[in-house]
Amino acid sequence: MKKTTLSESEYIIKEGKIVKIRKLTEYEKSFEIVLAGGESLDHEPGQFVMVSIPGVGDAPISVSSSPTKRRSFELVVRRVGKLTDALHKLEEGDSVGIRGPFGNGFPVQRLEGNDLLFVAGGLGIVPLRSLINFVIDNRRDFGRVNILLGCKTPKDMLFGDEVEGWSERLDVNFTCTVDKSDPDWKGNVGLITSLIPGVNLDSERTFAVVVGPPVMYKFVIKELLKKDIPENQIFLSLERHMKCGVGKCGHCQIGEYYCCQHGPVFSYDKIKDNVEAL
Amino acid sequence: MQQYVTLEKEDFNEFIRRLAKIQKVVAPVKRGVKNFAFEEVTSGEDISLVYIPTILPPKKYFMPQREELVEYNKKEKKWKAKLEYENLTIFGVHTCDLAGIQCLNMVFSDKPKDINYLVRKNKIAIIGFECNFYCDEYASCKVVDNHLPNGGYDLFFTQTLEEDLFIVHINTVLGESLVRETKLFTKTTEEDMKKLQAVRDRKKEIFKDEVNVDYKGLQPLYAKSFEAKVWEDLDKRCVACGNCTNVCPTCYCFDVIDDINLDLNTGVRYRRWDSCQSEEFAKVAGGESFRKERGQRQRHRYMRKFNYPFKNYNRYFCTGCGRCSRTCMAKINLKETTNSLVEEEKQIIGNER
Repeated sequence: MKKTTLSESEYIIKEGKIVKIRKLTEYEKSFEIVLAGGESLDHEPGQFVMVSIPGVGDAPISVSSSPTKRRSFELVVRRVGKLTDALHKLEEGDSVGIRGPFGNGFPVQRLEGNDLLFVAGGLGIVPLRSLINFVIDNRRDFGRVNILLGCKTPKDMLFGDEVEGWSERLDVNFTCTVDKSDPDWKGNVGLITSLIPGVNLDSERTFAVVVGPPVMYKFVIKELLKKDIPENQIFLSLERHMKCGVGKCGHCQIGEYYCCQHGPVFSYDKIKDNVEAL
Repeated sequence: MQQYVTLEKEDFNEFIRRLAKIQKVVAPVKRGVKNFAFEEVTSGEDISLVYIPTILPPKKYFMPQREELVEYNKKEKKWKAKLEYENLTIFGVHTCDLAGIQCLNMVFSDKPKDINYLVRKNKIAIIGFECNFYCDEYASCKVVDNHLPNGGYDLFFTQTLEEDLFIVHINTVLGESLVRETKLFTKTTEEDMKKLQAVRDRKKEIFKDEVNVDYKGLQPLYAKSFEAKVWEDLDKRCVACGNCTNVCPTCYCFDVIDDINLDLNTGVRYRRWDSCQSEEFAKVAGGESFRKERGQRQRHRYMRKFNYPFKNYNRYFCTGCGRCSRTCMAKINLKETTNSLVEEEKQIIGNER
């Protein structure tokens, strides 16, 4: 008896054309991508896409640009594995496969009208940038905005020009720090947690949005709780290994949640008792 | 509407022969000592009517071990989604495995739906088969309430205690058409229904809760057990081979892999069964692993059977088939793990007093 083949599935992959590549640091590159036919990705800040390179595989990459920029979107990729290695070898004009956007993204509607405290450590600025720029593009819809940014050394700082732009704005309080200084650095030196006590905030109406390496979360959350920010007003974006992006393959499971479906953004009260989350 | 028909035992071989003429039939076949496997059959003589759970559960027909998802052409920048299926009848599915298929149905129809699975599942006819005997010391189908039929089949066969007759429940129109097309069934009499009841009555005698906790108690027991010592014990014993997840009727995790042809241009993307017991499974690029220890990974497996699905799907994803314990090289045993948790909890409560 014969096998029948259909050409339909949820694994439909769209063609994304790389229109611009920027080298940000030794290990990170930014890829500006336009979907075939000029279709908008239509993502929420904090969502991710599955990026495919035929013959290599696919991997989840968070969208770094704000959805207010509709014609193209940006992915910022650190060269760290098989797929990202192959991605770094591509050139402007080349194509990648795109599935998604996936995940819940940041709870933009809940944030509206409230004060925001952004805490980004290392590569955490990449997904958080989609929300920061969204907030800046819709600035009057939000209360006070504080941005705390930390990275290892001044050389690791991503989006230098853009970050400078944030620091010059009257309607944004921006502070950054590096773990290790170099001779030209004039700013703060120390871990990102050292910046939190100094922030002047109204805890009842402040929503903290934290993105960074796994090790950072515990320490940052401790400081935020000391500031009396309610647990359900602290949002984290978690990173996990993913194969499908649609809540099936099991790789991204965090206790009862699938990071790709229920996350990657979780409020702290939802995951604080989950032993595998942080 | 309850519909039952009967099939004489002596017509059984002919029934399978006629069934196989409609479409491919697979059924449990003997494979050495105490080993059985679902394989293609053309006559009833091929089938083992008395069998303990097959090496692999029937999930292999619903989500193949290797399944191609996408065909690509690099030069043409083309991705073509692919979905392959085959019309199939599975005969002889025990109630534990019927439950397993029901679990998979829930997962893959959860949004976003898995079209590959859902299309394939509707091309498969399922004929269940009642267990009149208790499999072995590894089974725990009673405590998870899977020892009696609970839907999920097109036809369901029960052999009478006299072993001369099958009483067959018709559950779907597809099941009815199989009965009609094979032309070997007769209507049931009141006497036949009494025989069916006799089977069920005797099962009540044989099937008892296998562990020291009841159906309702399993989820709270596991939900409280994250810090239990049992996991440390399993950490020392588990060899992370992944046998337990491969043979589990409700383990559905997979890996997605690209193959490229020798032309270095065309190829396929496929998915294949994966195991949360391997260390790589939850490792992110850069090396961070979120379940580094074997004990944590075993705990994860148990939580995925007794805790998480109860919250998400309101049922256990352990069907009680016993395959994981039967196959474990380190003799990790699901009933022992559960009973150890019960003991540990008793001690904690004792200490608190």
